[in-house]
Amino acid sequence: MSDEMNDEMQLIVDGKRLDGRKFDELREVKIETGVLKRADGSCYLEMGNNKMIAAVYGPREAFPRHMQDPSRAIIRYRYSMAPFSVDERKRPGPDRRSVEISKVSREAFELVVMKELYPRSGIDIFVEVLQADAGTRAACINAASVALVDAGIAMKGIVTSVAIAKVNGEIVLDPFKEEDNYGEADMPFAFVIRDGEIKSIGLLQMDGKLSYDEIRKGLEMAKKGAMEIYRLQREAIIRKYSLEEVE
Amino acid sequence: MSRKIVLPGDLLATNPRAAGYGTYIEDGKVYSKILGLFDKSDTGVRVIPLKGKYSPSPGDMLVGIVREATSNGWAIDIHSHYQAFLPLSENPEFKPNRKINDVLDIGDAVITKVLSIDPRLKVTLTMRDKVCRPVRFGRIVAINPARVPRVIGKKGSMIKTLKSELGIQILVGQNGLIWLSGDSSRVSIAEGAIYKIEEEAHTEGLTDRIIEYIKKEKEK
Repeated sequence: MSDEMNDEMQLIVDGKRLDGRKFDELREVKIETGVLKRADGSCYLEMGNNKMIAAVYGPREAFPRHMQDPSRAIIRYRYSMAPFSVDERKRPGPDRRSVEISKVSREAFELVVMKELYPRSGIDIFVEVLQADAGTRAACINAASVALVDAGIAMKGIVTSVAIAKVNGEIVLDPFKEEDNYGEADMPFAFVIRDGEIKSIGLLQMDGKLSYDEIRKGLEMAKKGAMEIYRLQREAIIRKYSLEEVE
Repeated sequence: MSRKIVLPGDLLATNPRAAGYGTYIEDGKVYSKILGLFDKSDTGVRVIPLKGKYSPSPGDMLVGIVREATSNGWAIDIHSHYQAFLPLSENPEFKPNRKINDVLDIGDAVITKVLSIDPRLKVTLTMRDKVCRPVRFGRIVAINPARVPRVIGKKGSMIKTLKSELGIQILVGQNGLIWLSGDSSRVSIAEGAIYKIEEEAHTEGLTDRIIEYIKKEKEK
């Protein structure tokens, strides 16, 4: 993106973003668990105009056999965008971008899933983007995280992800499509949250340029946003299970 | 009594010696590792799982399905993330002059017991027990293994109710497979009742409602 174009694109008007949000405000998040009957765990998540569905299968016998690890489980993560999820039809199937996102997301989950409890097995996570509006990798991680809990898989904590961006020189939380496309930089984070505290960072990527101070400011913003999403993730799971558990 | 729902990573206790099932210890503190109900007693804390696959432990009674017959035994599917193995020597029905496939063939269901689990979680089964046998009739129902204690009930109360109300044979495998045998219309009622138990697992007065359900179904 050339600098001239950035100047033309006015993304912040009167101290507010184009969709009326404040700089550190998340889009509306809606989470529902247990939506797929045949999966061991599943989750449907909406984050603004992002819509995704996650399914977790396993732990189950890992195939092909040579991929099995006799001391721990292997995790497979598949991020995929539906052909109809973007304005211009996307060719279905894995491409360079989704293979990369799958890899980094998987590595975030490998931090929390207690793999050594399930030797020789495989845990398969599938996330399908049904509608994309920037920050899909973050939203997908949030959905997959809830689906993993729903599947009853042992984990040390919960992974929560959120992105920040720099638009018109301002750091903003959870960018939407225009901010992502015409902004100067964006940076997705994934945090490992245990007992309501951020323990570590499981994923960090950056596109564009940010200064030290901007990153620091963005990190604080992302942490606050992640805690908010974490609360919603918890709520969604407890809501589903408290319906049946009135002991 | 209401138990709190806990999620992975929730702090349960600060005394590592209290750690029970479904927990892990880090930095001297006890955290939950699974989604479940928090159960605190005088002796310690544990998490009762709400979801998840069956993980075998020695002595468990299971219902399994033969997946493979090999020269030294049978590979058995026990609805867990591991395949279990039943060696020839652990099946008293096997005599040296009999063919392996004639004793148990692929697709046969068996009632069997977990003999041992090696550190890498390879499961060895045994048939050397009075209850163990191949089943060639009846019906098998699969439920979520986390719900098995509910189907059995407190000191077997639920299973006794089902048996006495319907007069059928029931064997609940710890892995969530349940074998039912008897009059086929009554087995169907039991099947419906089991699904009802699975669905309403943690609600109050379940046994009474199940009796009511069975009575209603019987009248049809």
